[in-house]
Amino acid sequence: MVKFVLKRVGLALVTLWILSLIVFGAGQVLPGDPARAILGPLAAPSAVASLRHQLGLDRSLPSQYWSWISHFLQGHPGTSYQYQSAIGPLLISALGRSLKLAAVAFVLVVPPGIVCGVIAALNVGRPVDRIIGIVGLSATTVPEFVSGIILIIVFAVGLKWLPVSATAPSGSGFLTSLKYLILPAIPLTLILFGYISRMARAGTVEALDSDYARTATLKGLPRGVMIRRHVLRNSLLPTITVIATQTGYLIGGLVVVETLFRYQGIGSLVFNAAVNKDFPMLEAGVLTIGIIYMVVTLAADVIFSLLNPQIRVAAAE
Amino acid sequence: MSAGTVPIESVGAVAAGRRELRGELVARLVRSPLFVVGAVILLWWIACAIFGSAIAPHSPYAQNLETINRPPSGAHLFGTDALGRDMLSRVIVGARNILIIVPLATALGTFLGTAVGLVMGYFRGPVDDVLGRFVEAFLALPLIVTGLLVVSAVGHSNVSLILVIGLVFTPLIARTVRAAVLLERELDYVAAARLRGEGALYIMFVEILPNVLAPIVVEFTVRLGYAIFFVATLSFLALGVQPPSPDWGLDISQNYGQVTAGFWWEVLFDALAIASLIVAVSLIADSIQGLLEG
Repeated sequence: MVKFVLKRVGLALVTLWILSLIVFGAGQVLPGDPARAILGPLAAPSAVASLRHQLGLDRSLPSQYWSWISHFLQGHPGTSYQYQSAIGPLLISALGRSLKLAAVAFVLVVPPGIVCGVIAALNVGRPVDRIIGIVGLSATTVPEFVSGIILIIVFAVGLKWLPVSATAPSGSGFLTSLKYLILPAIPLTLILFGYISRMARAGTVEALDSDYARTATLKGLPRGVMIRRHVLRNSLLPTITVIATQTGYLIGGLVVVETLFRYQGIGSLVFNAAVNKDFPMLEAGVLTIGIIYMVVTLAADVIFSLLNPQIRVAAAE
Repeated sequence: MSAGTVPIESVGAVAAGRRELRGELVARLVRSPLFVVGAVILLWWIACAIFGSAIAPHSPYAQNLETINRPPSGAHLFGTDALGRDMLSRVIVGARNILIIVPLATALGTFLGTAVGLVMGYFRGPVDDVLGRFVEAFLALPLIVTGLLVVSAVGHSNVSLILVIGLVFTPLIARTVRAAVLLERELDYVAAARLRGEGALYIMFVEILPNVLAPIVVEFTVRLGYAIFFVATLSFLALGVQPPSPDWGLDISQNYGQVTAGFWWEVLFDALAIASLIVAVSLIADSIQGLLEG
């Protein structure tokens, strides 16, 4: 087991290292000279050259990469061109806000997603199953900004039930800021609903079809008890993993939702950095997103293998 | 019988059998109501993309400062935007941009992904391990973030949208193809080809490729839906085609500031157009997937 976890951690570190090379490489092909971009087109060449030196842009690529990555790992990802201040605190407060939004989305989506998936599985092939399938498929494929726009038109502009913006006035309480986050969270939940209900359905169908489910039925257990004790316990396992693998998607969705609802989270931070050619911010933001994704998927893998004896055995061999 | 002397008649019979099978598949698709609904919606948008300028009642570019921000009426069924342009015409002609980018981007991703997947699955070993790490690293980033990174590096245009989406799809499709190739390469016909002394390229593309086409077709149709999702989203983030071109995602990003002023028609119909196109393609992809895998 320890060997399995160590192997997974090792592979994740290699992947992250490659990711950091990709991110750094993309930063190198980005057009334009950052020093020229900061000082503007009228600055003297000598001023540009001295700023290039100050930013370290005149050093060799491996040395630039080394100083970038080592500072990043020590928690000093550099200075934003756009805000002229340290990236670390900006990144952390943006992450906190995104986490709040994501948490609201997960709380709204996980229970109905699992319940609908299980209901569909218990009624395979019947109209209920088809309807849940089509609703899930449609919800998953419609981009967040499309459902977001329709929600804004109906609930914020038309009915005036919820605010258009996602940011509550400063100093407002927990419930008020929650109210501001509901509308932005719904487009994210729509996309996740399809994935979660589909995984819950697939897992439940497989468990219902298994030998142990048949044994439980044959030994005379009532159907309700059989489903609760034998089927759900096994079918919800894959659902945990799929929820974790959706973190990557979720951050992508945050870029769109935070832009649409003018919310200052990690998504809009990365988007604005890309638009304003704020390379240090863009590189730090993208690498942070990659790290979060790897940590969450790794944790999901480990939890999954701890819970699932088959994988535990395979890993021990 | 050795592999080299297959009788002509049986080759003909196999081909005829394949044609029959294909006819049967099409017949079963057409009987599925969900497929038909999806196909009708998709054909409507394809017609708009091709004949849009002829169908549209006005020019999508024609500004009229006397009729700005008008709600839907007989003269302008979908209303007008802040420059007095007819929204109905912009929605109809706006189909063109997305319907050109999406198939090209998906085809590029499928082509590259199939090639990489065949190489990874066939050679396995170190080639597979190294490429696999790169695939993992790419998949650690949300597609939108990769898009932001690449588009801000190479500049925004339709060509860069096609390149970004094609490149982002490559590892995803490669993973599927690789899994299918891993199963095929252990089969007798591959061993036979190898014993005949065929080269690796011949075995990959002539022997294995035809046998892994089903998952590739499914992958292509499913990815089409995702491509619409990403093209629309990247246009909304203003990373694709630029104003004044009519484009659903771009028009929404241009007009959504007006929604709070009550001008809902300037974004609603573009949003519904994107939603209908995407749902139509998903229904088609789902039907094909159900048929080929079920």
